Amino acid sequence: MTTTTSLDPAATLATERAAAGPTPTTTVQGAGFVTAALATSRRSILQFFRTPQVLMMGSIQGALFLFMFRYVFGGAIQASLPSGLSYVDFLVPGFLVTVILWSGMSAAAGVAEDGASGVYDRLRSLPIPRSAVTVGRSIADFTLMAWGMLITGVVGLLVGFRSHGSIGRVLLGIVVMLAFGYCFTWVFILIGLVAENAQAAQGMTMLVIPFSFISSANVPVTTMPGWMQSFASNQPVSVAVNAVRSLMQGGPNKVGLEHSTTYWIVATAIWGLVIMAFFGTLSVRRFSKMR
Amino acid sequence: MPPIIEATGLTKHYGDVHALAGLDLVAESGRVTALLGPNGAGKTTFISAVATLLKPDSGTLHVAGVDALRDPKAVRRTIGLAGQYASVEEAMTGLENVEMVARLFGLDKATAKRRSAEVLELLDLTDAGDRLVRTYSGGMRRRLDLGASLVGRPQLLLLDEPTTGLDPRSRMELWEAIRNLVADGTDVLLTTQYLEEADQLARDVVIIDHGKVIASGTPDELKGKAGRDVIEVRPRSGSDLAGISEVLAGVAAEPPRTDDDTQRVSASVDGGADQLATVVRLLDERGLVVDDIGLRRPTLDEVFLALTGQPLDPSPTDPDASADAA
Repeated sequence: MTTTTSLDPAATLATERAAAGPTPTTTVQGAGFVTAALATSRRSILQFFRTPQVLMMGSIQGALFLFMFRYVFGGAIQASLPSGLSYVDFLVPGFLVTVILWSGMSAAAGVAEDGASGVYDRLRSLPIPRSAVTVGRSIADFTLMAWGMLITGVVGLLVGFRSHGSIGRVLLGIVVMLAFGYCFTWVFILIGLVAENAQAAQGMTMLVIPFSFISSANVPVTTMPGWMQSFASNQPVSVAVNAVRSLMQGGPNKVGLEHSTTYWIVATAIWGLVIMAFFGTLSVRRFSKMR
Repeated sequence: MPPIIEATGLTKHYGDVHALAGLDLVAESGRVTALLGPNGAGKTTFISAVATLLKPDSGTLHVAGVDALRDPKAVRRTIGLAGQYASVEEAMTGLENVEMVARLFGLDKATAKRRSAEVLELLDLTDAGDRLVRTYSGGMRRRLDLGASLVGRPQLLLLDEPTTGLDPRSRMELWEAIRNLVADGTDVLLTTQYLEEADQLARDVVIIDHGKVIASGTPDELKGKAGRDVIEVRPRSGSDLAGISEVLAGVAAEPPRTDDDTQRVSASVDGGADQLATVVRLLDERGLVVDDIGLRRPTLDEVFLALTGQPLDPSPTDPDASADAA
């Protein structure tokens, strides 16, 4: 011990500790990215499925709106649809895509709440990659969104929705919808991280409502004034709706679209990747930064 | 052994607010250090810096010998944090909560399970372990939160106001749990607004105010710094409080303080025992009957008052104080 020549402070520290007797602590290495992401996403998923009020309200709300659109507005909108396309067949693909926005609103509130309640402080103090926490959150939000789409799909079938595309195309439509939805979860994660509390987050998510209504989700955009149409046809929610609708109902001309199905899928992919790159980067940065 | 925490000249400001204004602090290993100060003194800011949640504007900070500003990741392997609010998940059971944190500390499934069960046992939560946290009382949540912070067996445990908002019994139980940990050799840094808590748990107390350390030492040393003993009197009849205050004012070094809640008057005096005899004689002459009279060492409360000229106690009946807290 007395002849030690090591200049490495860590080694010296270790020697001193050894000399001081056994320490009760063992150095932990910390979880890797995958374990951390899965463990934290499990927490948010359980939070949803084990809170009956949230689970019920989330599911009923979607069903209620679908029911109202189908039966209250359906008759009026039917007239402006291409012949041979019933409103319920037009509506449900659009409604499925807007589930992304509705379930995202509560996701943002959840993120804000975890920030305000000290959960994120605890997670930031742990020896895990901080980006894993945000990715874990996106996995959880994606799961809840998929659940919302499942409920909406079932309700849709119950109120008369039928697909007229091939099974392969319908499945592709579901994949497009889920993948685009995953990209979009990052928008709400960022909103949740920026908002100081759940109420503020909920308020900020109101900004996405125009994307739900000024879109092709519930009505054909051709019924809107011209200046609005250019936004309504090309904004991300609409292109995703058009891709999914075209896939599920057997092609663009069946649902009154000008471009090909491939066009809409590619446009959806581009929007999705741009959104994820932008909001994902900002979210991870915001979460990981030492204040 | 090197100090577990060594901070020099730490500063952190938010706009015009200087949360840390050149804070110097050394916390030795193998003991509990309490950071004591009123709301807004910088306690949470400091603990957040140690927990690598925030980066100070200037100064140096070493935690367990590691430079926290250069290598925060290494620091995270040595600390456990229990923040100001119990950050446990209501929709998970007690065991699931602790297991999740254990997994995040990098333990494999089997070890996480075993270690979590041990932690719950230590905190007397074994019976409630399989219940959803939603059904837990405030005290149980705090204990569970403490359990989550120590399941990775950190070398340094950071507790930010661990008992704020708890009833007296839950507070005692949490103190007991913290004492057990210390006996096991974990270093603890805790912040508190309660002098009694610092007195009960800590070997070293650091008093901070406006982002700076204003005094530090053992509770006894700090009491010595206030310099004066205190005579405390409880009259038989509340109507005598004013009269007694007058008598004490005659001998006290500072104006006496009357506590209407506990019906006591207290005053700091120089030369304790002699003055006590004088007070007893004066009270007798005036015919003031007392239930209790005594000479005691100052409380940390009085130390804080002597050092800063302001009382520490955040009075819950004061609307301004509660507005500040909110």
